[in-house]
Amino acid sequence: MTTSTVKNPAKSAYWAGLRDGLPYIFMAAPFSVLFGVVAMDAGLSVGQAMGFSVLVIAGASQFAAVQMITENAGIAFVLLAALAVNLRMAMYSASLVPYLGSAPLWQRALVSYLNFDQTYITSVARYEARPEMAVPDRVAYFFGVATPITPVWIGMTLVGILAGKAIPEAWALDFIMPIMFLAMVAPMMKSLAHVAAAGASVIVALVLSGLPSGTGLLIAAAVAMLTGAMVETWTEKRAQ
Amino acid sequence: MTFSSTEIWFIIAVLGVGTYLIRFSFLGLIGDRPMHPFVLRLLRFTPVAVLPGMVAPLVLWPAATGGQPDLIRILAALATVGVGLWTRNVLWAIAAGVVTLYAGMGITAP
Repeated sequence: MTTSTVKNPAKSAYWAGLRDGLPYIFMAAPFSVLFGVVAMDAGLSVGQAMGFSVLVIAGASQFAAVQMITENAGIAFVLLAALAVNLRMAMYSASLVPYLGSAPLWQRALVSYLNFDQTYITSVARYEARPEMAVPDRVAYFFGVATPITPVWIGMTLVGILAGKAIPEAWALDFIMPIMFLAMVAPMMKSLAHVAAAGASVIVALVLSGLPSGTGLLIAAAVAMLTGAMVETWTEKRAQ
Repeated sequence: MTFSSTEIWFIIAVLGVGTYLIRFSFLGLIGDRPMHPFVLRLLRFTPVAVLPGMVAPLVLWPAATGGQPDLIRILAALATVGVGLWTRNVLWAIAAGVVTLYAGMGITAP
């Protein structure tokens, strides 16, 4: 540790977070451009498309909502499906409590706004690896990770809105999102229970893909969570 | 699309507030009060329960090909998962998927 980091550890934690968050702009950018394109295709206004990226700031649920808006699903279904996609963030929120629970409320409120897959996963990995980190350092690190990603997410939506028609379909930007989520999920396969949950999710989602308005995904997620929790309980009992 | 502008803004507002409340929920309100262990256990599986089911139909029946299975996209998905399992690294997994996708499209391009 250098002298400067001893003098101001929170500042150094912020810069460490910024450095670790930087690579994610390369996947947030195409994903966000694509959202701008898709939102325009769906017939949203520029303000509405930007409203999604600024106010909702959760990529997968934004796509889910716009997809269902395009399909003219009922408003309740649009909201349910998009919020269901974001329910995982309740777990993110819960699992941050032991690390950030004692931070000031305004900091926890701001962390909540910026709590999406990349910031959460990157930060928790750091917290787990360095249990000695002080709470202000953890908060600083989290904000550091969010610093490069957030403006890119919002700004590149505007690029997608403006450049939408100029982006050739051959770029297959549609497939960047599946690749990104598969890449995030694969390293999470830490146990048989995780694999079982993922398998149940895939099977039920495919079988029920004909159901209207994302209801298949809701059922698939519920079945998969139960499957994972039950398999985990079972393997723990067996190990005893 | 048959939604009015007001309806779209209503959706955005509810999603914005709802998503924020989901993110704020435990960290902001519940704090360090204890939760039922089985609830915590269920919540821990949320990412692996939601994302695979969300992605699977997009991999097998991509809208960009009119819902027809596309070998290149399937191979790109398999490469992503394979490298992700092997390296446990998100960025390597993304690189593998993107390289496979564009290499496949480059080879099969007319």
